[in-house]
Formats: sequence, structure tokens, C-alpha cells
Amino acid sequence: MSDLAVQRLSVQPDSMSLRLALRDFYGMTRRNLLRIIRTPQLLVLSIVQPTIILLLFRYVLGGAIRIPGLDYVDYVVPAIFLEAVLIGGMTTALTLAQDLQTGMVDRFRSLPMARSAFLAGRTMADLCRSALALLFMIGLGLLVGFRFHSPIGACLVGIGLIILFGYAFIWVYACVGLIVQDPQTAQIAAILPMFILFFASSAVVPVATMPGWLQAFARNQPASVVINAVRALFEGGPLSSNLWQAVAWCLGILVFFFVISLNLYRRATA
Amino acid sequence: MVIAASATRDVSHSDALNRDSQSESGFKAIEVQGVTKRFGPNLALDDVSLSVEPGSVLALLGPNGAGKTTLIKVLTTLVVPDAGVARVAGRDVQTDAKAIRSLIGLAGQYASVDDLLTGRENLELVGLLYHLDRAEYRRRTGDALERMTLTGAADRPVKTYSGGMRRRLDLAASLIGRAPVLLLDEPTTGLDPRTRNDLWSFIQELVDEGSTVLLTTQYMEEAEHLADTIVLLDTGRVVARGTADQLKDRIGADVLEVHVADSADLQRAATLLQPLREGDDVQIDPDLKQVSLRVTGRVDALLAAGRELEAGGVALDDLAIRRPSLDDVFLSFTGRPSSGSATATTDTPGSEARR
Repeated sequence: MSDLAVQRLSVQPDSMSLRLALRDFYGMTRRNLLRIIRTPQLLVLSIVQPTIILLLFRYVLGGAIRIPGLDYVDYVVPAIFLEAVLIGGMTTALTLAQDLQTGMVDRFRSLPMARSAFLAGRTMADLCRSALALLFMIGLGLLVGFRFHSPIGACLVGIGLIILFGYAFIWVYACVGLIVQDPQTAQIAAILPMFILFFASSAVVPVATMPGWLQAFARNQPASVVINAVRALFEGGPLSSNLWQAVAWCLGILVFFFVISLNLYRRATA
Repeated sequence: MVIAASATRDVSHSDALNRDSQSESGFKAIEVQGVTKRFGPNLALDDVSLSVEPGSVLALLGPNGAGKTTLIKVLTTLVVPDAGVARVAGRDVQTDAKAIRSLIGLAGQYASVDDLLTGRENLELVGLLYHLDRAEYRRRTGDALERMTLTGAADRPVKTYSGGMRRRLDLAASLIGRAPVLLLDEPTTGLDPRTRNDLWSFIQELVDEGSTVLLTTQYMEEAEHLADTIVLLDTGRVVARGTADQLKDRIGADVLEVHVADSADLQRAATLLQPLREGDDVQIDPDLKQVSLRVTGRVDALLAAGRELEAGGVALDDLAIRRPSLDDVFLSFTGRPSSGSATATTDTPGSEARR
């Protein structure tokens, strides 16, 4: 035994500050962005699915659906933008479960980093990927005949709302990943709520065409509220209280699942 | 019960220092008292107590499922114990977790490094998360890569690394923070003997620099090679502790091994040797055509065995006496061989070994 050992043990650790927490957040975001860049196949995969849905509803099914006062392409494409960020968020569940399984989470949790930085960095990187996918989908939408009919300011607010919605759901998927802790199960567990939210909504057909029991759910669930607000922002329809309702939904979901995720992370271990 | 690990490490180059520090003993690098952890119906840790002196190495030895990893997780603040107290550098893992995290370095059994990042990116990230400034973590990353002979592969993604390289990187990651306490969970499991030897040297160097190490292992040889103190863990309980020599002494006997020429003679040889045995029963291993037993009085026992067997007409391939290995220690304390050891006494199902 040596004095050196005793001396090294009596070092006073520095305390956490906001500056250090932000630095941890930067480090984790960077790590996850590097992972995204180095797995381009996952990025492509998150674009393929919404692309198929877009082409399906634009060219195969769209012809049979009439929306009063609106071209169907302008009706459905904003909803598919939303679907693209929903799908993108699923990767959060997958990659979080991977980090748990490989023991990366154990390593991070044993480091003196800010606890929230692990999840915040993960979700921020995933948000960047979702934004990239959204950009691609907007390009594709314009290519198949979708047009923004509102002033640019309203359109930007609409895009912002889609991104906020996507970010809120990234936290939902973070919870899924932390609960199931297994990459394969995470993918399956994440896809079901996604389909319910997207199809049992005003995304592809007006809610009024659905049976009564489904209407109540479809009309009031968050995806419908947000889609209606986004459509109004892009196409210049009546916005009424839709926008505030939509923002409230997104923030509510975000805060709720952020708190749950953080708690799950504190307890999670591989 | 807590025993103090008395280090036998050679520190002759700093004898004066050594005497000084021994007088101020009492401060433990790691202290565990009565720690219990239950996962559902499984009692992973059952009233475990141990302590590690500053600058020494403690090896937690035990088979899979003995609770080794759980104890590491308690000490790294990943798992909260149901009962008992665990302290690192005098700080409680439950109330002072944040401080402890900056005092420990963890290398995990599953080589937790990010395989999409390069070796350098992995280490720099860990350095940043230890809250080192940029210049400092870059310098330490360079040093750690060099030390682990990974400089050439530093800018390749980790997924291209071999198993040994991943382990070295994982160990390097645990060094970046210059943490005074290193917790190494089976650092060499699954490595080839050469890489294992390299890692042993690295760990030894770290201890020479004043690090305190707690490592888990399934290998007797590893515990014997690295550790000042060995704690034998079995199904969550501490079954024995001491230096390798102390543990061997506690068995208090040598092992006599008899290889018979013809398996048919095994039972007869065992019967003939029965009067010589000290302590446990005579063991028969049909695969090795071997009979083994604990004896006292080294040469006398050997000669007596030779006489008995010759008189009984048992043809021999080999007759030998050896000091007990840690395998024997494990067997004697837990009632079964150590599954993880390469040199474990084979006790295959269906054999006639009795105990």
C-alpha cells in the first residue's frame, strides 16, 4: 500500500454545474449523431416507409377519396410529413434498447456525467435525423404535386409544429426502449401505437367517414389535432383553437414522457 | 465480519513510504458491510462484507451467478442494495453516488465500448464525460491508446477490432479519468493467454501507480497472479477470504494424485488409499484415470501410497504430490469444482466421484 494510493483517494470531486451538464449533453449528442451518420442504412429505412405510404395514397388510393374544397394531395401530404417524424422516432426505441443490451448504459451511468444528458443527447440526435427525413419528404411531396398555399411564416410554424410533435414522440419511444430493453421487441412494440395514431386519425381520410365509435377517438387524439393544425397552417384553412390545442398536446406528451424516461433510466441497467 | 487485506506486494523501492502508510491504515478504499441484494426470488448478494486497502488488489472469485457482477454494480452505483452499506473512498454509494462516479473507473465484462465510434472517439467521449477539458482528455486519450498498444488502430471504428483489442480499449476507457479505484468485471474472460498476460501487466502497472483495484474473475490463476486478497463468492455469499497462501493453508493438506494404468483399478486404488486421507473423501475421476485425495506429511504419504498400491497390485502411470491449487480451495469451500477454471478438476456427470 502506498501513500500515493491514499492521496489519490482523497481527491475532492468537482460538483455538477449547468455548464458541465450542457457539455455532457453536447458530448452525447455528438456521439449519437456520429452513430447516425455511420449507419446510413437506418436513415434510408426511416425514409422508405413514409415514401411508400406517400406514393400509395397519392397514386393508388388517392383517386378514390374526395375531400370537399381541397385537392387530396394537399390533404394527405402534410399528414405523411407527420408520419415520417413518427416513424423516425421509432429508431429511438431501438437504439436505446441496444445501448442497454450492450452495456453502454452501464458505462455512462458509472461516469460522473449529468444523468439527463444521456437521454437528452439521444433524443436531440434523433430529432436531427427526423428533421432530415422531413426535409426529404417535403422535397418528395413537392415533386408529386403538393403545394404550400399559405404565407411562408405560417408554413414555417407548421413545419415547426411537425418537428415538435416528432420530438414529443421521440420521448414516448425512449420510454418504450427503456421498458422493453431488447432491440427486436422494441421495434415491434413501437410500431403498433404508431399505426393506431396515424390511421385512426384525420390523416388519410376525414374522420366523418368513420363509424361513430371510432370518430370520438379519431377526432380528439393528438395526431388528428396536430394534423388539422398543420393543414390549416399550410393550406390557409380555419385555424381556430387548433394550433394551441396541438402545441398543448405536444408539450404535454413531451413533459410527461420526459419525466417517465428519466425515472426509467435511473433504474435501468443491462 | 470485515478482514483487512494485508498486502504482500513488493514495494521495496519505497520502503519508507510503505511504513508510513501502513501506520495510517483504517482508511479503506472500498468497504462493504452486510450488503444484500435480491432480484425477485434470487438472492444475488447475501450479507456480503469485505474491504480493500488503498493501493491493493482484491479478487472476487466465483462461478457464474455467484453475485460478482452484482457487487460491482453496487459499487459503481448502478444497483442499490436492499440492505447493508457500501463505501468507496469513504463515501456511501447511496448518498454520495455522484462523487463516487468521479472516483471510479469501470471496465465491464461485455466490453462496453461503442462499436460505431473509433477507439479515439470512444476515449475522448469518456474523457469529456469525466469533465476533463479538451486538451487534457486529448492528451490522456493519446497516452491510454499508446499504453494499450492501440495507437495504430485508434482511428478505426471499434467494430473492426478483435476481442482482445476491444477489451484493451474498454480498460483504456476506465483509465481516462485517472480514477483511484478501478472496478474490473471479468477483465480477461474469453481472452487468449497472451492477451491475458498483457492485461495482467497493465493492471499491475496501474496498481504500482497507486490505483486500488477490485476485480472479478472465474480464473484461479488470475486471482493468484494479481490479487493481494482473494474473496471466494458462491451463490451470493462469501465462503472464504484471505491471501492465496492463507486459503491454501486453510485446507492444511497437500494433494496426492494417482494415475492408474487401467481404469478397472480405480475403485480398488481408492479403497487402498482411504486410510491416508485427511479431511475430504477420496475423489475418483474416470476420464483422467485419476484418484486424488488430501494428505499430510508429504513424502511419508507419497511413500506409503506407493507401498499400498504396489502391495495391492495396482499398476500406476503416475504418482505425484502437489500443493493445493486454488481449484482445490474452491472445491473444499463450496463443495464443487470451479466451473470457470481451465484447470478445474473435472467432475463430469455420471462419474463415480464421491464427496
